[in-house]
Amino acid sequence: MAHLNPTPVLEPGQDRTMILNMGPQHPSTHGVLRVLLEIDGETVVRLMPDIGYLHTGIEKTCEAKFYQQVVPLTDRIDYLCPMTNNLCYVLAVEKLLGLEIPPKAQWLRVLLNELTRINSHLVWLGTHALDIGAMTVFLYCFREREEILRIFEMISGQRMMTSYFRVGGIALEPPLGFFDRVRDFAGYFPEKVDEYENLLTGNPIWTMRTKGVARISAEDALALGATGPTLRGSGVDIDLRRDMPYSSYEKFQFKVPVSQEGDVFARYMCRVQELRESIGIVRQALDGMPEGPIKADAPGIVLPDREKMKTQMESLIYHFKIITEGFVVPAGEVYQAVESPRGEMGYYVVSDGTGKPYRVHMRAACLANLQTLPTMCEGHLIADVVAAIGSIDIVLGEIDR
Amino acid sequence: MPLAPAITDVEQLKNHPAVARLLGWKGDAVQGVKFDRDEMTIYVDRSNIREACVLLKEDPACPFNFLSDVTCVDWYPAEPRFEVIYHLLSIPNKERVRLKVRLNSASPVVESLTSVWPGANYFEREVFDLFGVRFTGHPYLRRIMMPEDWEGHPLRKDYPVEGYR
Repeated sequence: MAHLNPTPVLEPGQDRTMILNMGPQHPSTHGVLRVLLEIDGETVVRLMPDIGYLHTGIEKTCEAKFYQQVVPLTDRIDYLCPMTNNLCYVLAVEKLLGLEIPPKAQWLRVLLNELTRINSHLVWLGTHALDIGAMTVFLYCFREREEILRIFEMISGQRMMTSYFRVGGIALEPPLGFFDRVRDFAGYFPEKVDEYENLLTGNPIWTMRTKGVARISAEDALALGATGPTLRGSGVDIDLRRDMPYSSYEKFQFKVPVSQEGDVFARYMCRVQELRESIGIVRQALDGMPEGPIKADAPGIVLPDREKMKTQMESLIYHFKIITEGFVVPAGEVYQAVESPRGEMGYYVVSDGTGKPYRVHMRAACLANLQTLPTMCEGHLIADVVAAIGSIDIVLGEIDR
Repeated sequence: MPLAPAITDVEQLKNHPAVARLLGWKGDAVQGVKFDRDEMTIYVDRSNIREACVLLKEDPACPFNFLSDVTCVDWYPAEPRFEVIYHLLSIPNKERVRLKVRLNSASPVVESLTSVWPGANYFEREVFDLFGVRFTGHPYLRRIMMPEDWEGHPLRKDYPVEGYR
């Protein structure tokens, strides 16, 4: 049976063990995670994550905003994958409204989501390797990440908090030269992944620090609610993009990397292979990008074009109404899940038939993934805790919201 | 694409694997059903929720073996005030189902699912912290997001968005 944080009130003064406090300000906790460790010499006897240091009440704030105004808040949940959160939220609201999204917007969303996945995995790989002691990889990863951030800046005007998706489509047509730049990146990126792998995959120090470390079985991972590479590293073959497709992912060809060992190295291999698969999806999206509008035909919900606003009275009225009072969403509830770089990101949106959401709940993949940490670490060396934390790829903003 | 009206008639939905399984087990455990926007919702009686989850988890034909999410909605000032919501996923069958338990404001208490899925731990602590719903049988029901000495439950509707204290 999986571990179940029994009574994690750790009392010092017992015979052999001592309590060690790690974090919340600790470079390898990736934010403000506090971990309480009961250690016996070098061995971790018990481990208890303590979270909530970054709680900002985003779910409460959402209830006071119009539907469209929630999009910028979703960026701030997870600073590494803003587009994934944008997508998940707008998909949920579009499902509530029953909107149909034109193909070009869907494909652009897929393209940007895969770039986001690469961006997130690069930060994960760099910081994870840095934690374990491989400094060079960090610099290499951030070099490629910089280009993705520039691509984001080009299309949305923002490097990190993009807020580029809209309920009913996307904000703007991509600028001139955008697709060429992405194609350029997609052309040289696979070589860069080879570079990272040359530094790590066969490296004896890396493999000693990761192979057989922080193991978790498939049963435990499932029982604890783990998703994404944390689950696929233990041999459970599920990826929502393939199994429950959204935003026309069913039209793309890609493999879902799965490893069987369930250790840090297995999770590393899953994510590195995902980098290659993602760039393949980006290339497919570039090659098959459909023509057509980028916004749904839904006056009263989608902002009208600038040109129409200047010439048509009706468009001007719609624009004024959407900005000042939002749009009304029929009462109901929707749970929409997408495969974020960390696992199942879900938005549960409840509407009471007004212009503001009655309730927005985010199912954070990291919150559930973090629960696997005690199972991974207890009974093992304290030095491996850092490797384990890195391998589940946590973002505290998403955990605490 | 106009929205199809929600179906709330048990007779029309009794072929859904989760509904069929629960009705076959105990008819009065199912208080209602709703099929809306391609999503299935089953209202489960409070005293049966844990056993219903065990049943759905171990269903040989369509095992809902993964607990995606636990959350809550506050319908203040209506009664029953709280709806605790469980999102279950069947990984082999790629199917989702939503279970709901309605709770009165007088006793917002429901049985914990941590003995079925240990992963319910943090989700239930979050609901306890932000809504004040208690889960019996939870091994460590303490605040998780807010400080230990915080007063009130922020996601309740009678808790102001700003101006508190």
